[in-house]
Amino acid sequence: MSAGTGSVVGGAVLAVDEAPNPWIDPSYVVDNWDSILRYLGEHVRLTVGAVVLGALIALPLALLARRSRFLAGPVLAVSTIVYTIPSLAMFAFIFPFTGLSATTVLIGLVAYSLVILVRNFLTGLRGVPDDVREAARGMGYGSAALFWKIDLPLAMPAFITGLRIATVSTVALVTVGVLVGHGGLGQLILGGFNANFYRAEIVTGTVLCIVLALLADVLLVGAERLVTPWTRAGRA
Amino acid sequence: MNAFEEAIVYLNDPFNWTRRDGILELLGEHLAISVVAVLAAFVIAFPIGVFLGASRRGGGSVVVVSNVSRAVPTLALLTLFAVSPIGFGNRATTIALTIFAIPPILANTYVGVRGVDADVREAARGVGMSRGQVIRRVDLPLAMPLIMTGLRTAAVQVVATASLAALVGGGGLGRMVRLGFGQQNYGLIIAGALLIALLAVLTELVLVLLTWAVTPGPKRFPWNPARRAAVAPGSEPTAAGMPL
Repeated sequence: MSAGTGSVVGGAVLAVDEAPNPWIDPSYVVDNWDSILRYLGEHVRLTVGAVVLGALIALPLALLARRSRFLAGPVLAVSTIVYTIPSLAMFAFIFPFTGLSATTVLIGLVAYSLVILVRNFLTGLRGVPDDVREAARGMGYGSAALFWKIDLPLAMPAFITGLRIATVSTVALVTVGVLVGHGGLGQLILGGFNANFYRAEIVTGTVLCIVLALLADVLLVGAERLVTPWTRAGRA
Repeated sequence: MNAFEEAIVYLNDPFNWTRRDGILELLGEHLAISVVAVLAAFVIAFPIGVFLGASRRGGGSVVVVSNVSRAVPTLALLTLFAVSPIGFGNRATTIALTIFAIPPILANTYVGVRGVDADVREAARGVGMSRGQVIRRVDLPLAMPLIMTGLRTAAVQVVATASLAALVGGGGLGRMVRLGFGQQNYGLIIAGALLIALLAVLTELVLVLLTWAVTPGPKRFPWNPARRAAVAPGSEPTAAGMPL
């Protein structure tokens, strides 16, 4: 950071090393508020889009996998393989089809959140006691009522756990979207690296990412308390 | 589909493997970084996990470390180390990856050792084992499946994340993807992505086999449904099973 530790080329200290490069610089945030907000907006849109789309696809898959043992095996096997594919490779595979667009990032993120959610949804649905479902059916519940009034509330804690894991890891993964120019706050992180190691920009992007992830997690915990009031009453 | 054909052509040219900065050299670099990072993380996290688990202390902090580490983007940590006084390159990459590999190993070792039945440990003490013997001959064998899960998670995570290092001036197979984007060479991008994905899947397989080899008692593969049913998501405070 100080001039004394800067690299010396041909006896002269480079201007880059002479310039101050603080890790935290409030004036950077003030001066670049507009672009920070724009990247933050893209980050939030990609995260919400990926988790919502992932949940919409994962729920029917989990319901199918619960119904048949033959489907459960392949669903879990495919999800294990998708898990293992690194995000850089995933975005690179999708890139030839959708190009340098936010769609490329969104498809990759949906794939990851989908496999997390299928597993957790399936675990939640399998945790619903069979005799409870049996009793509901005996009382005349149809399959729709059975799902909305029995399965969904009882599996809700596991569903929310899945949504929390998917959301937090998606927030972190969006940054890799810089590969195709749509990495949300990742644009700040890599942009700072490419702008002569501009530390203030990198730290701003990183801190916002972590805050966003923790905030989303807190919101989901709050949502869980709202939709499952009975678990709180039981504990108290 | 053209890009995929170009990738196959690229991968079929032996010169692309053996030349300077070719696939073999990048693969060797990728593996060297990954192995050093995982081993370093294991040396740091394993003793701490065993100590905390055996003394049944610090559970809260282990869970917090494990959960917060999920929220830190791998790319951010790699970049932060690249612009630190260490300077970008393989040393900064290795340090960042080591830090990322610690939480899964620590959390799984801790949960595994803490989960050993208190009656079993008491019985071991009763037949005259010392504290050290209880840890070596009772705790560790019983905790082995979870310890290996931690190691497997960390290894796959490190191999996957190492490919991101190329974005911030590091080495490894990610450089093929990065170079491909720089040169608008779609075949090179896909070739690099194929190799990275294959390496991650192979790492997973090798670690599964290793787990199978070192686990005492009835052998189980991770895709065995019996084990999956035992691990409910709410009760699992580990960083296992998240994409990178």
